[in-house]
Amino acid sequence: MINFLCKQLYIIWSQLVTLWLVFTHIFKKADTVEYPDQMPYMFPRWRGRIILSRDPDGEERCVACNLCAVACPVDCIALQKTEDENGRWYPEFFRINFSRCIMCGFCEEACPTHAIQLTPDFEMAEYVRQDMVWEKEDMLISGTGKYHDYNFYKIAGKAIGGKGKGEARNELPPIDRRSLLP
Amino acid sequence: MFEFVVGSPLNIVLILGAVLVAAALLIWVERRVLGFLNERLGPNRVGPWGIAQSLADVGKLITKEDWVPPFADKLPFIVAPIIVPVVMLLSFAVIPIAPGVGIMDLNIGLLWVLAMAGLGSYSAMLGGLASNNKFSLLGGLRAAGQMISYEVFMGISILGIVILSDSFNLREIVEAQHKHGWFVFPQFIGFIVFVIAGLAETKRWPFDLAEGESEIISGFNTEYSGMKFGLFFVGEYIGMLLLSALIPVLFFGGWYAPFGLELPNAIISGIFWMCAKTGCWIFFFILVRAALVRPRYDQLMNYGWLVMLPLSLLNLLVTGAVVLAQGN
Repeated sequence: MINFLCKQLYIIWSQLVTLWLVFTHIFKKADTVEYPDQMPYMFPRWRGRIILSRDPDGEERCVACNLCAVACPVDCIALQKTEDENGRWYPEFFRINFSRCIMCGFCEEACPTHAIQLTPDFEMAEYVRQDMVWEKEDMLISGTGKYHDYNFYKIAGKAIGGKGKGEARNELPPIDRRSLLP
Repeated sequence: MFEFVVGSPLNIVLILGAVLVAAALLIWVERRVLGFLNERLGPNRVGPWGIAQSLADVGKLITKEDWVPPFADKLPFIVAPIIVPVVMLLSFAVIPIAPGVGIMDLNIGLLWVLAMAGLGSYSAMLGGLASNNKFSLLGGLRAAGQMISYEVFMGISILGIVILSDSFNLREIVEAQHKHGWFVFPQFIGFIVFVIAGLAETKRWPFDLAEGESEIISGFNTEYSGMKFGLFFVGEYIGMLLLSALIPVLFFGGWYAPFGLELPNAIISGIFWMCAKTGCWIFFFILVRAALVRPRYDQLMNYGWLVMLPLSLLNLLVTGAVVLAQGN
């Protein structure tokens, strides 16, 4: 009986403590960020709207290797490779269906040339569903994005117009194996 | 006609208007205060501080389709939501707000309130049964059981006051408190039981088992939409207002100022203090909603019949004995 009463008193006490603790929260500052009036700070690594960047020389970074399209878990990326007169590969079209995109960032991780990047912009609502499909012209920015010095064709060994074999950065000229004969 | 006498047309219009406006505002106040208690902001978009939120809500409810499900029992389905606000407004008729401000001066005022509360349980019951839906039926059953059992101790808990003040008339109860001091002190157990039973009676948190949205969708009003749901909603808020007004009248000296802080004019002072006390209780009920968790249904019933009923009976017994011993 005494035990029962003690337990009941304890329960009542705990309810009163709960009431008091909740009451004290009325004096605390609200955590709410009133979004359209007050923009939240978006972290630079936030995975938001996808862009295509250019290298420091202002050329398209994308080499249309299709790795992003392969990595995409929802298959929202479509592109077609083509070549210019210098032998540089680039996408003929590059299309992302943002109504499917889940902003996972796998495409960014898969990209060997840092071309496709995710940005902190998250305001992507549209009134017409068709407007959710973005073309290369919509996504290609004029800057380098997060990686300022990276230039794929300056590093890679592939010969293009104006840069032959062995002229890339940190690359030795090709060795004529026949001259190594004893 | 235009003076402050109990039952004058001026009084009726003013009180009815004030109660309806206050009930509509409460919808906003509750969400806002709940927001602050949860460290949120609550609705603050419509009008200054969001004060017109209720207007927007009412606009939404009125313009919705007034739909009766084809499988429902038409007549009770339509009658059920009308009962709550009507009954709650009728109870408000006997609440004394200030000397000369009130709608009825009934000698059985307290019984009137209890009777109306009893009628109010019909709305949840009928609504739950007429909806012809399992969850509604469960909600209606829960509402019926809960309201009928808690009415018992609600009635018994305030009998102590009737003994002390020698009257069922709410105005005389207030006058008696002016003479003898607030009834919370001599009637503390009665007060606790009354507050808990009143909470259960209005089906407010934490006793919202009849609605219990995490268990039975929305309970007895699952099938209701549009203004029919709005009537349930407004009725619930008028009920909360009624309970918050009844507690000061019964236990906290009604319109009389505490600590002699009277304002110059008796009527203004009365209205001010009554509103202030009611407001404090409204805040308390919102706080309770924010803080406490819903009990299980068997716990609710056990608690009611095994704790509240003996407590209220004991309170009645002791009060009666003390008054008898003192009186002669």
